[in-house]
Amino acid sequence: MSEKKKPKERRDFLFTASYAMGAVGVAAAVWPLVDQMNPDSSVKALASTEVDISSLEPGKSITVLWRGKPVFIKRRTQEEIAEARAVNIGDLKHPEKDEDRAKNPEWLVMLGICTHLGCVPLGDKGEYNGWFCPCHGSHYDTSGRIRKGPAPTNLEVPKYEFVNSNTIKIG
Amino acid sequence: MSDNYVPSSKLGKWFNDRLPLLSLSAHLREYPTPKNLNYWWTFGGILTFCLITQIITGIVLAMHYVAHADLAFDSVEHIMRDVNYGWLIRYVHANGASMFFLAVYIHIFRALYYGSYKEPREVIWIIGMIIYLLMMMTAFMGYVLPWGQMSFWGATVITNLFSAIPLFGESITNWLWGGYAVDNPTLTRFFSLHYLLPFLILGLVILHIWALHVPGNNNPIGIDLKKPSKDTVPFHPYIVIKDIFALLLFLLVFAFFVFYSPNVLGHSDNYIEANPLVTPAHIVPEWYLLPFYAILRSVPDKLLGVVAMFASIFILVILPWLDTSKVRSAIFRPIYKQFYWILVLDVLVLGYMGAMPAEGLYLLIARVATAYYFIHFLIILPLLGNKEKTLPIPLSITEPVLGGAPKTSMVKKDKLN
Repeated sequence: MSEKKKPKERRDFLFTASYAMGAVGVAAAVWPLVDQMNPDSSVKALASTEVDISSLEPGKSITVLWRGKPVFIKRRTQEEIAEARAVNIGDLKHPEKDEDRAKNPEWLVMLGICTHLGCVPLGDKGEYNGWFCPCHGSHYDTSGRIRKGPAPTNLEVPKYEFVNSNTIKIG
Repeated sequence: MSDNYVPSSKLGKWFNDRLPLLSLSAHLREYPTPKNLNYWWTFGGILTFCLITQIITGIVLAMHYVAHADLAFDSVEHIMRDVNYGWLIRYVHANGASMFFLAVYIHIFRALYYGSYKEPREVIWIIGMIIYLLMMMTAFMGYVLPWGQMSFWGATVITNLFSAIPLFGESITNWLWGGYAVDNPTLTRFFSLHYLLPFLILGLVILHIWALHVPGNNNPIGIDLKKPSKDTVPFHPYIVIKDIFALLLFLLVFAFFVFYSPNVLGHSDNYIEANPLVTPAHIVPEWYLLPFYAILRSVPDKLLGVVAMFASIFILVILPWLDTSKVRSAIFRPIYKQFYWILVLDVLVLGYMGAMPAEGLYLLIARVATAYYFIHFLIILPLLGNKEKTLPIPLSITEPVLGGAPKTSMVKKDKLN
């Protein structure tokens, strides 16, 4: 083989085409090995949970599991609703109106997962009378909005609906 | 040298011609080692012992452990109560992880003090850092396996670090979990990887030693040696005996933890079975990860906190190019020596702050310590190489011993300015 500069040949095209074909083949073989780690059908099948909320008094909350995650269902008092709605939207780190977070103002439904690193915040705690995450000190208000601490966003509101006045369907 | 080693027996010669294992063994025995290596150099051998111990006890534990969210916690208690010597094997494995990290931190800080990461040993250092990273991953996944509260919430917090990645964060965490939260699929894959990674570490340890045997050991005065020479001794029996003696002393500490306080390095919350509805009031990682945890928490922004934590490890990988000083050993670097001890103190402070709640004065101190950590590597080390007036360096190991103080006239010119 000569070390001189070779002109472009048809053989170079064959090499490039072979490498490209090989890369596609390897990618096709690797993908199932990567994708097997994604949520499987049995996990996805547990898509919705129905919760009976008839026994919940104002000011109380329950925590239920949905897709392996805790969901807070809180029946808020009038003061808590008033406090959540009185907040100036401009002061919020992640601006959201309470009206958009709680369709029915008495009922607040949201994932009980701190948006920082996934701990479960404690209820009726923190500087804003809402939730407080003990792991890294995030404070949430009575609408579950982040007010202080490292969490970047408000507690997430999942898709849910009132099946009837006593039952909420999450998911 | 071992290159022209010829086995004495006929069978040995026959075999060695086909697979030169006997030549390799001769190389390892004769390997010329600086004769002034102190006890800080014995931790390489101690670490090899730790790795083998973890692999053997781990293989045995896997015979009794069940990787399933409903059964894992009970199977660990079964190991502790029912399996013959199960308590011993598990305590050796659990405390062995801590001993492994204790030894690796001493090993790393020895390299920092004596400049072992510098040219021509950069590749040894980088392989070492990859081993260290794999050790942290292995230890983290191993800690998840008992499926206690700290296992579960530690796994939740650490995997959630990846949710800080813009755009793809959620799909990546779901992929890591195999679901929408840490659950059984997470546990089974962690078990699989926890079993795999130690063997990768073993392979990298072989590369680490191979790369070491190319330039040979650094030494406390950090000079290049002629090998073999008056300044070296054969690895066997001189270093072997010294390593074994140090290992026995290390085993005293190891045995103290295993037999007298096997749970003092763990967390009592991990004897409560995992509960996805209740987060323990105060989550802490194992002690050996605390400095990084403190760095993570000291940054008020989620993404930047994660970036800072990974950067604090990556910065060590590029250390050979951040430290601009040509002089290796801190013995001859009076100013670096002081900064070195400040760094040691800084990392200990970070570790302590990582165990404390992230608020008030603790948070403030953690922030200062985090800033100093980066200042040390990114500002002090690059500048110090040019500014520092280093001390005269002896020409050989024997010279200061046999010829009194190093003669200035004998020291290389470039080391003097």
